[in-house]
Amino acid sequence: MSFQATPELEAEVNELITHYPVKRAASLMVLHAIQEKFGWISSEAVQWTAKKLELQPINVFEILTFYPMLRQQPMGKYQIKVCRTLSCALGGAYELHKHFCDKLGLDAHKHGAQTTKDGKFTVEFVECLASCGTAPVMMVGDNFYEGVSHKKADEIVGGCK
Amino acid sequence: MAQEYKLILKYADEPGYSRDIECYLRHGGYNDLKKALALQPKDLPDGKKLSGPEQIREDVKISGLRGRGGAGFSCGLKWSFVDRKSGKPIYLICNADESEPGTFKDRQIMYKDPHQLIEGMAISCFANDVHLAYIYIRGEMVDGAKILNEALKEARAKGFLGKNICGSGYDLEMHVHRGAGAYICGEETGLIESLEGKRPYPRIKPPYFPAVLGLWMCPTIVNNVETLCNVKHIVAMGGAEFAKLGTPNNTGTRIVSLSGHVKKPGYYEIETGKATIGELINDPKFGGGLRDGRKLKAVIPGGSSAKVFKAGEKFKLKKKDAEGKEILVETDMLDLPYDFDSLAAAGSMSGSSAIIVMDDSTDIVEALANLSEFYAHESCGQCTPCREGSLWMSKTLHRLTHGEGRASDADYLVKIADNIPGGRTICAFGEACSWPVQSFVAKFKDEFVAKGAADEARRAKDISAPAETKHLEAAHH
Repeated sequence: MSFQATPELEAEVNELITHYPVKRAASLMVLHAIQEKFGWISSEAVQWTAKKLELQPINVFEILTFYPMLRQQPMGKYQIKVCRTLSCALGGAYELHKHFCDKLGLDAHKHGAQTTKDGKFTVEFVECLASCGTAPVMMVGDNFYEGVSHKKADEIVGGCK
Repeated sequence: MAQEYKLILKYADEPGYSRDIECYLRHGGYNDLKKALALQPKDLPDGKKLSGPEQIREDVKISGLRGRGGAGFSCGLKWSFVDRKSGKPIYLICNADESEPGTFKDRQIMYKDPHQLIEGMAISCFANDVHLAYIYIRGEMVDGAKILNEALKEARAKGFLGKNICGSGYDLEMHVHRGAGAYICGEETGLIESLEGKRPYPRIKPPYFPAVLGLWMCPTIVNNVETLCNVKHIVAMGGAEFAKLGTPNNTGTRIVSLSGHVKKPGYYEIETGKATIGELINDPKFGGGLRDGRKLKAVIPGGSSAKVFKAGEKFKLKKKDAEGKEILVETDMLDLPYDFDSLAAAGSMSGSSAIIVMDDSTDIVEALANLSEFYAHESCGQCTPCREGSLWMSKTLHRLTHGEGRASDADYLVKIADNIPGGRTICAFGEACSWPVQSFVAKFKDEFVAKGAADEARRAKDISAPAETKHLEAAHH
């Protein structure tokens, strides 16, 4: 898949670079900007970022492979992230995760992110989302949901068109 | 009776309070920044002069403010370590990478009252001669980053950031930097590496103390969101007044994140040490007690890394009697005042002030397995004892919770945990992943042993002759 930087992305990245006295510092923010527009970060995008920030591609690649939020392959249109850490687990996070998997035909026991065959949903466990008082909590894309009952979960899935 | 005391969260949840700058200004916002910028040099008895920034730094020392991120280190002392003679710029970073399981206090501040944080940061920057600052916010707080960016824009438009702030001649710029889902970025040197655009591998200390060799090898201050907000209130009321809040050596307020098996989980701001763990869990003003028909089993008092307390556990705490003599008083876990020193004396910590409550429905082995999986996932992988040890503990706990355990696993876990921390790793993650294992197994050993023993007994029964024969036949063919 080819990667083509749009003028908007170019402008956003140029602005981000001004935030730092050293260009390299912008790399995480640039990768966020790319992922926001393309959904994932291809090796062409890594090359482009490296050139833009005057780095070797490995400098960009090594952070892409470290941070869990950054994607190295396309994911589902709707990415469901269920918090699995202790307070949410006490509040039913595992049952919630299983509920999503069962509903979407995925295997709740499988490790890591799973995407439905039609590419519409990705379901995964993530670590503490810092809202333990309203467990269980989850995200769909950038949107955050708290106190998610199975009924609420069904409504959330139903709202994903 | 213990009650809430709202200093940082005074307005956040008030009906009609909004996060825009107009609302903040109507509530006296940015007056403390103006006050700080207008401080005149003060003459000291020895003939020396104390500049405005020096006066603020002095006041922060007097206030007794301790870091709200987890370590509880003196903020005034941290600032005093800053190398001011290097000739290099000094940077300030707000650690908004709130990721310690159980903690959700900084989220409240940033989402509901972002200008309070910006004002606290601006004052702290002025006090330390900082002209460029960053807010490192965790990546998952997407809205939080947007809210802060919007607030920064508003503050710039009103002249509270940028060149010549409020006509004082002081320049300050501030930017939001987003993380991307890695717990280790909350460790201050890991955070600095991450901000520099690298993998967040914590740096070894010495020599890389942020106060001397921090961001881009320049002197750098890294403070937690709540800590920086407190600086605003120290300027407002004066360090000596601030020190009257809370208890000696545990001054000010703390926003306690309460989660798990209580009726009313949530965040509660108290004067530090003026409420006990028991009150926070059971008082109707706070947690409102456990769910009906349930009994307390365990409490993690300061975020997931803090050592667990078992219900009914007793500690001997030093107290002064009527004549001022030090005596040892037996104190139940629930009667521990919620402050830095009492919890440390009881062998745990108040950490990021997050209490996780577990009732008698909790499988304690499962609970530890959950936490160990977190640490195994979040170890940055730089140091062998931590990278291997955290995964090893998680795997052992996985087998123990999936019917494959052994009676000896309890001792085995402790053996691994004992060999990770204590100077064998670059950062405190080694401690953080070991403390839950050490404390859970020490305090609930019978449950760990029983689970492993039951697994062994079941497996022994399962090895029935027909199955074995079949297995052998298959091998022969």
